[in-house]
Amino acid sequence: MNLVRVSRLSRVFDVSKPWLNRVIERLPKRLLTAVSDVSFDIPERTTYALVGESGSGKSTIGKMVVGLLRPSDGNVEIEGVDLATESDETTIERIRSDIQMIFQDPFASLNPRWRVGDIITEPVAARGGDTEGLAARLLEQVGLSAEDASKYPHQFSGGQRQRICVARALASEPKLIVCDEPTSALDVSVQAQVLNLMSDLKDEHGLTYLFISHDLTVVRHMADTIGVLYLGRLLEEAPPDALFTEPAHPYSAMLIDAAPRLDAFGREVVPPEGEIPDPIDPPTGCAFHPRCPIATDICKQERPPLEAFGAGRVACHHAGQVRLKGAA
Amino acid sequence: MTTPVLSLRDLTVDIPTRRGTLRPVDGVSWDIAAGEILGVVGESGAGKSMTGNAVIGLLDPPAHISAGEVLLEGERIDNLTLPQMRRIRGKRIGMVFQDPLTSLNPLLTVGEQLTETILRHLDVSEAEALARAVRGLDEVGIPAAKDRMGAYPHEFSGGMRQRVVIALALCAEPTLLIADEPTTALDVSVQAQITALLKRLCRERGMAAMLVTHDMGVIAETADRVAVMYAGRLAEIGPVAQIIAAPRHPYTDGLMASTPAASAGQARLRQIPGAMPRLGNLPDGCAFHPRCPRAQDPCRRDPGPKVGDSDARAACWFPIAEGEDAA
Repeated sequence: MNLVRVSRLSRVFDVSKPWLNRVIERLPKRLLTAVSDVSFDIPERTTYALVGESGSGKSTIGKMVVGLLRPSDGNVEIEGVDLATESDETTIERIRSDIQMIFQDPFASLNPRWRVGDIITEPVAARGGDTEGLAARLLEQVGLSAEDASKYPHQFSGGQRQRICVARALASEPKLIVCDEPTSALDVSVQAQVLNLMSDLKDEHGLTYLFISHDLTVVRHMADTIGVLYLGRLLEEAPPDALFTEPAHPYSAMLIDAAPRLDAFGREVVPPEGEIPDPIDPPTGCAFHPRCPIATDICKQERPPLEAFGAGRVACHHAGQVRLKGAA
Repeated sequence: MTTPVLSLRDLTVDIPTRRGTLRPVDGVSWDIAAGEILGVVGESGAGKSMTGNAVIGLLDPPAHISAGEVLLEGERIDNLTLPQMRRIRGKRIGMVFQDPLTSLNPLLTVGEQLTETILRHLDVSEAEALARAVRGLDEVGIPAAKDRMGAYPHEFSGGMRQRVVIALALCAEPTLLIADEPTTALDVSVQAQITALLKRLCRERGMAAMLVTHDMGVIAETADRVAVMYAGRLAEIGPVAQIIAAPRHPYTDGLMASTPAASAGQARLRQIPGAMPRLGNLPDGCAFHPRCPRAQDPCRRDPGPKVGDSDARAACWFPIAEGEDAA
């Protein structure tokens, strides 16, 4: 069963100058399309990863899934309910308590004036639930001790704080946790601890993750399905092994080739050309065509639809025609 | 043997505080030869940036070099006066930092910053400086270099800005480049471009480089040798292939095993328990022993052999032997 269903999701931001400037300087409105026509499903108890470079819209999608941002077009359904249009308060409340989020920066996402125990139980306390013994139980589950409940966030290291964030996310017994770069601020050895913890909790609690990251190696390790984003468009969706051995989209291949690898010492990298174009004025047709080694005329004119290909889906007129330069 | 471009001899940095002296860098020694890239890797708080700052004389007081020597082409530079150091910095040692936006002056055009640096350090005419500036931008792969001379830093993208910073660091033709997390703020595809650029420039110019980063992958692709730091001490140093394929120090081994790349297809990552100790609260003996799976009695009492003292490659009482499975 699909827990999350994202269909034709788009989000446009107005980045124009203030209207008076526009009138005086005769500037047109400027619209930035952060997410453009993205559709995917997340089956229950799986991890769906969104990967992409900065400006690819991965965090914007995450925010729309949890309801922190409203979509400009399309919708997000969780357990068959669209929070943006649902009018029944009790249904909204029920769905909302099924969603939690873990953010990138564990230093900014914990209130420094609250005790850890209060932080963790807040999602339950806010709904009038019973918090007796909850903090102690959750702290032990994430590998901290029950006595830590009376401490303040500054008394913990980065990795421990991220564990506190995980404990808070678990408090309301959610079904879906959206993790936006949960380990990017952590050191490698601590990152491994947090990733292992998240895998264990997924099995124990039957959780579903939407995992957002720019780090291909982390995504490969965690995900059941990976969606590759570029300029707000979903270019390819595939299980990790298929994606990393036989990427069907030239951008996925470029990204995988460019990622530094441990076994690659002495490897002569031919770095990819160019950079991500301006999202306010994206290229016509396929957004990747200016940097694509196999682009033809049709790529400049027509935006390819996301279609089934191999083990996943891909949006490319010439899908499957690229090879990885280095063997994965 | 030719003189190495940079030699650290038992370099120690102290920070006196009211609660005692902290030692962020503790007896670090290494050499970097011309044309060689030494990758310095470690987690936050390992002292890798502090070591870089000590070399270029940019330690924030009260931090200071309390022992040891820094030799640039065989000549001591750790005891120079500020004006003497200023002549070396930028001229003989180029620097690239993590955030390209804060390393550039937002009020000056890229051309002005480049020509200013060239005129300051090299004895050339203004016209020659201009020509060199354009050549510099061209060399780091900025398209239409001549037209971009009049552009301000904010008009460049992140990757292009880092290229400008590299051009700026190299315009006085230094013999040593210190790059502190040069690609950490950049996207993967741009990161690949910048590391390839650094590698090419070092090779072409025979320049020595000290590349400080936390990313083992970047080190693997760029560096010739690797120095692994932990809690201010040098844990292990050696050729990159050796360190990655057959680490001797249990910390290096753990660091490697906990990168997701190394364990593709495995259900769990191997993790190092605990976290790096704080500087004010270092354990006795080897700083890594509370987290070390191989720790025994001597590790708790004595820090162990120093790298470079004997032929030891790793600062460890019980290094992992060749072919041995560490875990």
